Amino acid sequence: MAPRPLSITLAALAALTVAGLVIGPVTAVILRAEAFSGFRPADWQALRFTLVQATLSAALSVLFAIPLARALARRRFVGRGVLVALLGAPFILPVIVAVLGLLAVFGQSGLLNRGLAPFGVPELQIYGLHGVVLAHVFFNLPLATRLILQGWLAMPAEQFRLAATLGMGRRAMWRAVELPMLRKIVPGAFAVIFVICLSSFAVALTLGGGPRATTLELAIYQSMRFDFDLARAAVLGLVQLALALCAGLIALRVTSLPVAAKGLDRIVPRWDRVDTLSRILDAVWIGLAALFLLTPLAMVVLNGVAEITTLGASVWQAAGHSIMVALGSTLLCLLWALPLATRWGEWLGLAGIALSPLVLGIGLFLIVRPFANPFELALYVTATVNAFVSLPFVLRILRPEAEAIRADYTRLRDALGLSAWAWGRWVFLPRLKRPLGFAAGLTAALSMGDLGVIALFADPDRATLPLKVYQLMGAYRMEQAAGAALLLLLLSLGLFWLFDRGGRVGSSP
Amino acid sequence: MALHLDHIHARSGTFDLTADLRIEAGQRVAIIGASGSGKSTLLDVIAGFLPPVSGKVLWNGADITAKSPADRPISILFQDTNLFPHLTIAQNLALALNPATGRVRSGGMALIEERLSRVGLSGFGSRRLSEMSGGQQSRAALARVLVQARPVVLLDEPFAALGPALKDEMLALVAEAAEAEGLTVLLVSHDPKDARRFAQQSIVVEAGQVSPPQDTNALLDNPPPALRAYLGAG
Repeated sequence: MAPRPLSITLAALAALTVAGLVIGPVTAVILRAEAFSGFRPADWQALRFTLVQATLSAALSVLFAIPLARALARRRFVGRGVLVALLGAPFILPVIVAVLGLLAVFGQSGLLNRGLAPFGVPELQIYGLHGVVLAHVFFNLPLATRLILQGWLAMPAEQFRLAATLGMGRRAMWRAVELPMLRKIVPGAFAVIFVICLSSFAVALTLGGGPRATTLELAIYQSMRFDFDLARAAVLGLVQLALALCAGLIALRVTSLPVAAKGLDRIVPRWDRVDTLSRILDAVWIGLAALFLLTPLAMVVLNGVAEITTLGASVWQAAGHSIMVALGSTLLCLLWALPLATRWGEWLGLAGIALSPLVLGIGLFLIVRPFANPFELALYVTATVNAFVSLPFVLRILRPEAEAIRADYTRLRDALGLSAWAWGRWVFLPRLKRPLGFAAGLTAALSMGDLGVIALFADPDRATLPLKVYQLMGAYRMEQAAGAALLLLLLSLGLFWLFDRGGRVGSSP
Repeated sequence: MALHLDHIHARSGTFDLTADLRIEAGQRVAIIGASGSGKSTLLDVIAGFLPPVSGKVLWNGADITAKSPADRPISILFQDTNLFPHLTIAQNLALALNPATGRVRSGGMALIEERLSRVGLSGFGSRRLSEMSGGQQSRAALARVLVQARPVVLLDEPFAALGPALKDEMLALVAEAAEAEGLTVLLVSHDPKDARRFAQQSIVVEAGQVSPPQDTNALLDNPPPALRAYLGAG
């Protein structure tokens, strides 16, 4: 076999920087937390709240996803394709945009309260545990639905045919066919969502807060921003790290990362449940889910469209920052991902899931502080952390195709004696174009909408667009916030579309 | 001037192959044997994809056992994937000509065009594989080997998917090019007719044992028992 010195060097370089980005900040956090001041009652409360909200969010998401996925799996209706495609959208939807949409529906003067007020129903409050859980269900119900839908679609059609031949009733069907599948899929779906919600920051920042609704991530942020208590932030960061590590390992055992599942447009042919009641129930579930997922987004568009032309200069400046951060982190992430698109590379990338952005942020802050003003580096740190967080998803997208290219063309490469450069330039990158475009689009959109580590470092001159929206909300300038949120939504979707489209154009079989 | 397999012992998984033979330069040799007998393993050893456990591969007396496939005086046509489907034929041939960068000067382009016309594909440089028939794809693959301009060519049943007439045409084309350039060609084939038509000499591979080259017609007229069983009564 011809040695590939250049590609090995690149892989080693990428692996070292990624590993350094894990080990450096974590070490900094551990060293700083050494002055262990003890866990205060408030910290216990944050830990408890983190676990409670993650459990509730995951349980409710999965619970509602079961009937919804079943309805989607067995019914054919106009707009089904669009709805299934939309189930993938929350992944690239900026959290702050969704929060604004949810406020417009469930908030104090939202649609629901206004609609219920004439009937004397007491006003609903969105802030607190139920608001946090509501937002998490909004984000993760689609994910759970996709996972369970995959389970439905993976079931052999013969099982349903056999059941129809035997004339199995509703109960028998549930016990013999549906329950075994759900037993396999549901624990994984629950675990993934639980892990995602464990490190929830932006949702807790906007809808939680106060001593009774603070996640660990939010507590880290507060001890940094309000008390500037680095030791406490580090202790909290350590707890968060341990928590995410345990949960991540459990999740890894029961499931795989859900990105871009293919073939969800198939419909399972079934001969049971053709009665009217089943039809109506399915229609109700699909209708409710569509309403729940689409109304907030429609409200963002509706509220923002009048304001988007009146946005202030600072909003546009923030938008410029966000675009630069998004492009920078996309570039960095791809530079990491291309040489690491192998099996062991993917294991390394998984660190991006276990390590929460805020813990990384604290660590980088501690490392940078002796040499420079961390606040001046806010945008660079944000771009780096965003690239790191996207890495596992990008690797999951790129690796299968990258391995297929190697399997198919390594012999021809060796027979021709292609240099590493020629291989990359003429074979590897061109053939990887489609997944590369998709992965770049995801990274750009995720980074564009990220409201995490930037909040930690932000000063007014270096806000990103999501942070700007948050600041406008905090200042009760809701019209401007709505306009900026719509701009953010358009930019996120636009970046995703551009990159994904770029990968498709001119890509041949 | 010869390709010399000197006491070769190679192992692929649990499969063992032994070979000890010389092939004179400029010869066209067929490699005959049942599926799984070790024909492809033999080619892999010669091409450099499978390092032997012991023994040497020599070309004109020089030991090439440790060289990578690209550094050997050998080009190979695989059963499939002989060209990159997303590149045009001209880009493919440019990569074969200059594997360091894939870029060629005008002299290189002229050479590529000349090789294309040699295989009957004048003006096909801007096409992709998907825009060509099976026969044209085989010709393009042959052009790639001609551009590489190595003295030894290995053919691992590259024309198996073609119909009989097209296959004969391709073998005739290979024979013609081999005559013109003085190439040494090794052809793996299932079809004894290919061997008779194409190769003066043949090598029999049976259960990992490689026999030295013999006269093709004499071998096929009076095959040893195992080969007779493989060829059938006909």
